[in-house]
Amino acid sequence: MSTLTPTRKSDPRAARAIRKDRIDSDRVPTSTKVITRAVMIGAALYFLFPVWWLLVSSSKPKPDLYSTSGLWFSDNFQLFDNLSRAMTYGEGHYLRWIGNSILYSGVAAILGTLVSVAAGYALSKFVFRGKNVVTIFILGGLLIPAALLTIPLYFVFNSLGIVNTVWAVIIPSIVSPFGVFLGRIYADSSVPDELIEAARVDGASEVRTFFTIVLRILSPALVTIALFIFVATWNNFLLPLVMLNNSELFPVTLGLYTWQSYRAVDLTDIVLVGSLFAVLPLVVTFLGLQRFWRSGLAMGAVKG
Amino acid sequence: MVDVATAPVRLATKPSRRHRAQARTAWLFLAPFAVLFITVFIIPIFSSIYNSFYGMKQSGLGLGAPERVFIGLQNYTETLTSEAFWSGMGRVLGYAAFQIPIMILGALGLALLLDSLAAKYISFFRLSYFLPYAIPGVIAAVVWTYLYQPNLSPIVKGLSAIGINVDFLSTNTILLSMANITTWTFMGYNMLIFLSALQAIPGDLYEAARLDGASEWRIVRAIKVPMLQGAAMLAVLLSIIGTIQLFNEPTVMKRSATFIDSAYTPMMMAYDQAFGPSANPGKAAAISVVMAVIAGLLAWFYTRVNKKVAQ
Repeated sequence: MSTLTPTRKSDPRAARAIRKDRIDSDRVPTSTKVITRAVMIGAALYFLFPVWWLLVSSSKPKPDLYSTSGLWFSDNFQLFDNLSRAMTYGEGHYLRWIGNSILYSGVAAILGTLVSVAAGYALSKFVFRGKNVVTIFILGGLLIPAALLTIPLYFVFNSLGIVNTVWAVIIPSIVSPFGVFLGRIYADSSVPDELIEAARVDGASEVRTFFTIVLRILSPALVTIALFIFVATWNNFLLPLVMLNNSELFPVTLGLYTWQSYRAVDLTDIVLVGSLFAVLPLVVTFLGLQRFWRSGLAMGAVKG
Repeated sequence: MVDVATAPVRLATKPSRRHRAQARTAWLFLAPFAVLFITVFIIPIFSSIYNSFYGMKQSGLGLGAPERVFIGLQNYTETLTSEAFWSGMGRVLGYAAFQIPIMILGALGLALLLDSLAAKYISFFRLSYFLPYAIPGVIAAVVWTYLYQPNLSPIVKGLSAIGINVDFLSTNTILLSMANITTWTFMGYNMLIFLSALQAIPGDLYEAARLDGASEWRIVRAIKVPMLQGAAMLAVLLSIIGTIQLFNEPTVMKRSATFIDSAYTPMMMAYDQAFGPSANPGKAAAISVVMAVIAGLLAWFYTRVNKKVAQ
């Protein structure tokens, strides 16, 4: 046992290591293996069950929600009928809400990533007075209860006259101290000082160097940071709740909440199908971009 | 490229001019973030401290719009002596006291399991544990609230079929039900942070330990858990800060649990004071400031205790 290297199992490239690992795992007592796997499967059921239930329930006509088992599909598969009812319910804003969510999250992700990476790059590669103060402010920004700022921010935006506009949601979402923190760590580890210096010697301006060289090297970091900002914006509820009262501007989270909270009518069926299709884009993005959020979390875990 | 003039940025030898140019460039790159940060973080902090000293006063006859007047510490004394505020705070702190340990220990346990030799199909499990993080908190709360409703939920029906009758939406259980939603959403996220930290531990360390005849369990206690301390501390700290702001879950659950009022948590109370029927922005600001101070004190207290324990 002692001669075996416990290489990481998650690394698909290390085929030999996997073989070694298998030998390792053969030495684990069967009882341990059984218990470990039972707990892992139990946990997976806990995390996946509500998603499964949401999928199953979204496909049922309303009476079946109450009369059939929630564990499996009923005889009437009406997923798309439900969806089209959700799209036309009320003023027919559902698709618009999804579009708003995409707009807010997309714009915030793109602008927020640029702003964060530029700031992280400045903190990583330049010597200047005030650097420590800026770092402290960013760490403070990570630790401050952000929701508490939302209400005072409403009054600030109100005096600027941008309450109840898309900017009231987008501007706060752009500011990501975590993004700056990640940008700095990535710049520290993957942008060589020599390269910047070489660009300077060649006479490239600092801004040009940043946009043509630095951003290119940092492109995996850009995806990671953009993903975190996108998800945070998509998931935000309090900010749009506070800032918006025109339902045409609602993101999908807020729109579904208004449906769910109607006391007069039971909209369970369209809330369910609406939730399912509001969640799908994010889940698909997450599945497709696994590598990126994992590396971001790893950076945060190791350096934080 | 290695000669003095072009040596790495930090070692620049001609200080003054070069440094000034560097500082200018650095601030140029920082400027967009700095401006936004000041707008979204700094100004609201100061404006809410300022506003917290003001209140709305009706004119003598109760006619006309209420006037905004300086009232000193009145909003603070009212908040600090308000029974509703403290019972809300008590709920949130009680909720934090069991939700955070369960979530963090669960995340730790799952990370150690996935990192153990007995684990298989790791990428599937890792993903399924993390999936809830991709689901907006409000939607998670909506779905779970349905899953707590006896007429809809296969869980409630299943439990009552085997003779266990639970009401997930009663005054006694509602905090646990909310804690479950938060735990469901964030346990996988924290698990991934721990797993990343575990996977950053150099394999040599395990090899050396095994050479010395250490058991796997011993390796967990002597190497893995200590190595996770930094990550765990940060996770707890962020959870404390997150929990103080508890708002989404109770707001969504209001429809099914009608006893949840507008002062159920301090954050809901602040929201109600700011935008509710008897709007009083100064009071909302004072509540927010008190909450921030309490969060800060808790975070400070936690880091101190953590340091003491680590020594």
